[in-house]
Amino acid sequence: MGGTFEPLKGGGAAIALDEIEISILRSLAVQLLELIGPGEPEPAADADPLAVLFASDGPTEPPSDPALARLFPDAYGGPGAGDEGVDPEELAARSSEFRRFTENDLRTRKREDALAVVHSLSGLGPVGEGVAVLELTGELPLRWLGALNDLRLTIAARLDITEDDESAALFRLPDEDPRKPMVMAYLWLGGLQETLIETL
Amino acid sequence: MGQVSVAPIEIERTESAEETYAVPEPDVPWVTLVHNDPVNLMSYVTYVFQAYFGYSKDKAHKLMLDVHHKGRAVVSSGTREEMERDVQAMHGYGLWATLSQDRF
Repeated sequence: MGGTFEPLKGGGAAIALDEIEISILRSLAVQLLELIGPGEPEPAADADPLAVLFASDGPTEPPSDPALARLFPDAYGGPGAGDEGVDPEELAARSSEFRRFTENDLRTRKREDALAVVHSLSGLGPVGEGVAVLELTGELPLRWLGALNDLRLTIAARLDITEDDESAALFRLPDEDPRKPMVMAYLWLGGLQETLIETL
Repeated sequence: MGQVSVAPIEIERTESAEETYAVPEPDVPWVTLVHNDPVNLMSYVTYVFQAYFGYSKDKAHKLMLDVHHKGRAVVSSGTREEMERDVQAMHGYGLWATLSQDRF
């Protein structure tokens, strides 16, 4: 896993990936899609416009899954948010209202980013000498950037990385630790994201 | 953040009974706060501040360091509606952001 993104002449980024790397990236992106969940079904053509409007309301409660809660956080309150003088119930009500109007759009964006990753990996040509070159142009570098970040946030939630120090300890796990492969993937994705940013 | 306050300075010069009530001032600006987390890369946070807010590389870098070292930083201020837009955008980028009325 030594491949890094390089800038393309004329804009965009390219990376050489072997079959295992392609398979890991695709699998992680598909798992992210499953975590985010399907979008709202398209309303029927003869549906009542008012009913469609209300049906498009998003959830009002934070997700119970820690990874989803990190991807879709509360917009009001929390430690150090400067709201200590405000009634917690009022903050919860504001967060709930914000979530109702924004979470579906946010889920759509994150789903589209992850889908773009799956599609660009599926579109890779025949692998010559075990390596394929993936070229990202147009909107794809930014979609990949978003998906790589969402993947790292999700894996970090699964590994319970909450402090810089804790993550440092995680990175020195013995080989037999069951978390080791996920930690390796987390570090690798960080390298991909870092080098992708450098090409922008 | 006193320099961005748009609150009129003339009001409440004299002591009055109303001062004991903590009624939110409609013209006290709201702020978007970005909070530190151990996952988001420093380069990514800097990139987001440049790309979304249009901040210079220096300003974006300084804000990122504030988030990293102080735990959070005010990245924008304005009306509540504007700050809700900014917070939604930050969540879109995967940054942990909240909005509150400016008390800093």
